[in-house]
Amino acid sequence: MYKIQVAHITYHFKSLRELMAKASPPRSGDYLAGVAADSHLERVAAQWALADVPLKRFLTEALVAYEQDEVTRLIMDSHDSIAFMPISHLTVGDFRNWLLSEYATTETLSAISPGLTPEMVAAVSKIMRIQDLILVAKKCRVITRFRGTIGLENRLSTRLQPNHPTDNAIGIAASTLDGLLYGCGDAVIGINPASDNLDATLSLLHLLSDVIERYTIPTQSCVLAHVTTTLKAIEKKAPVDLVFQSIAGTQKANESFGINLDLLHEAHIAAQSLNRGTVGNNCMYFETGQGSALSANANEGLDQQTCETRAYAVARKFNPLLVNTVVGFIGPEYLYDGKQIIRAGLEDHFCGKLLGLPMGCDICYTNHAEADQDDMDMLLTQFAVAGGTFIMGVPGSDDVMLNYQSTSFHDALYLRQLLNLKPSPEFAIWLENQQIFNSNNQLNHQKGIPALFKPAIETLGQLSHE
Amino acid sequence: MSNDLLIYEDDWQHLRQFTPARIALGRSGMSLPTRACLEFSLAHAMARDAVTVPINFEPIAQSLVSLDEKTVVLHSQAENQNMYLKRPDLGRLLNEQAYIALQDNPLSPVDIVIIVADGLSSSAIKHHAVPFLQLLIPHLREKEYAMPPICLVKHGRVAIGDSIAQYYSARLCVVLIGERPGLSSPNSMGIYFTYKAKKGSTDADRNCISNIHLQGLSYNEALTKLRYLIDESEKLQFSGVNLKDESTNNQLNYGF
Repeated sequence: MYKIQVAHITYHFKSLRELMAKASPPRSGDYLAGVAADSHLERVAAQWALADVPLKRFLTEALVAYEQDEVTRLIMDSHDSIAFMPISHLTVGDFRNWLLSEYATTETLSAISPGLTPEMVAAVSKIMRIQDLILVAKKCRVITRFRGTIGLENRLSTRLQPNHPTDNAIGIAASTLDGLLYGCGDAVIGINPASDNLDATLSLLHLLSDVIERYTIPTQSCVLAHVTTTLKAIEKKAPVDLVFQSIAGTQKANESFGINLDLLHEAHIAAQSLNRGTVGNNCMYFETGQGSALSANANEGLDQQTCETRAYAVARKFNPLLVNTVVGFIGPEYLYDGKQIIRAGLEDHFCGKLLGLPMGCDICYTNHAEADQDDMDMLLTQFAVAGGTFIMGVPGSDDVMLNYQSTSFHDALYLRQLLNLKPSPEFAIWLENQQIFNSNNQLNHQKGIPALFKPAIETLGQLSHE
Repeated sequence: MSNDLLIYEDDWQHLRQFTPARIALGRSGMSLPTRACLEFSLAHAMARDAVTVPINFEPIAQSLVSLDEKTVVLHSQAENQNMYLKRPDLGRLLNEQAYIALQDNPLSPVDIVIIVADGLSSSAIKHHAVPFLQLLIPHLREKEYAMPPICLVKHGRVAIGDSIAQYYSARLCVVLIGERPGLSSPNSMGIYFTYKAKKGSTDADRNCISNIHLQGLSYNEALTKLRYLIDESEKLQFSGVNLKDESTNNQLNYGF
């Protein structure tokens, strides 16, 4: 039982789970779930009460029962009590002060990370403003490697996302070329296949691996099929760089995705055994997003931001190369408008980074949400200022397969120009060698197609005349 | 807008014919040129408006009658578009009148139920539901599947099919639904297939065939996939993530 008096009214919260939910900044998904605060006052009361909760409390009061949920067991069983020691005496409110203080440096934040549970991090984020989320996330540094080094200071990586409504290979090749010529793709060249068809997945894997090998691009590929499809592809000796999976923060939600921790473990081992990385072997790519657990009726009474943060416990077990919060993807029933999407993106980035994850953000919205390009520009700019690891690169922001709007190749160039953020060092060298970028981290102004790509573009040109 | 000296054009604009994606847009400085920017705004405005157009099931029902198929119009518990958007749980449930309407159609052993729901794009259903069913229905008749009237559901989500399949104790459940409108494809239809669907079935139990529209998957390609899923699920007695779509895919060919 948690109790607090504000403005002469006493509020009771019967569990930490309820307190967390009521303390959450407003968003449509929590109203949909029936867990949101009933009034502004109740929300602030919950935030006051939450600020008084000792961080240690999260180690004894599980938000989803230990016995019934393997994500809870993972969180509790993998907690590093030695890493936790420097902050173990703090309350949630103190923890916010500590994070903003000079005690919290890149080094100390990395050191305490294994001692943090997702719930501690979610809790503190609920009493932090946008500027707090940005400032603290900026201090975190998470570096991962496969064929390039992702997450270094003053770098911003991009996922090239060349989707096509029918997985047409030429269409995908055309978008891939477009993206590469705009300097995009160092985080991954990742295709969402239109179907979970194994043959199509195999063909796309070969297509991407051919492109990466032919042009010796220091990047990695991924076909975002279900993990079981990718496992079959590995059995068939397909060139799998990264294993993709959508993950969520409760066992039940993961079951609705057709996965569990054992299956992810199996996939992780299988991908590692291929040893396809050159500078490292982080070989998992996870996607998450607030609302996914509720959309599977599996939120277990949690608010969606706490659910989301619990998914990061699943992610960090497998040392991923990339984690992507697809923030506005599911729709307005979870994040209603631009304001809710922006806050959620920055919360996810902050929480993920604090937990030691290479957080990217699919800064996006659907056509039934109250959002537009202006909202995305605000999140894009704030995410980059916060030191976000990577963003999506979709031709002209329009994903013609998934039917939503994300960030574009031009958006990444905007950030490079504005904040002088460079791609991964390996990719930056490649871009310069191919004369796609000049030495100032900008697209070459000279007209014409870089020599390396002329044959491919001419071949495609001939196809068009046949 | 006509001063081309201010824009860097891309020399690979001919690649646009291979994809509806917005490639080779060129740039002003490093940014999107004015024309591309305004084209985006135009497409967004059209897609936003597409979400709010209400479905008219009348012509669809008439077309299906001419195929000798009965239909029944049902409503979800989402009473209006705003409620539909904010309360997906209500879009998954039939309202009381719907159950009364179903009772008018006597229960007998049923193999397959077909549901047509507006979803997020009524125009997708308006354009694609009947042409697709014209191809599908002969195959179902060939298999001598027993099928109740086709359910036309207003403000329905995918899982509305679960209640209907359960009501009829149907083995196979096919939901045709309007997908959320994209900028370049405001009329895209999706098909969700579930074996032994019942209340509480999850997304892991379903198979999805998406992007059925003029620039996307053709009706025949979608039909091939659906027939494969139906036949395989009958053998395996399940659907979902463990039923992999291994129907033959077009041989891929690319320019590298």
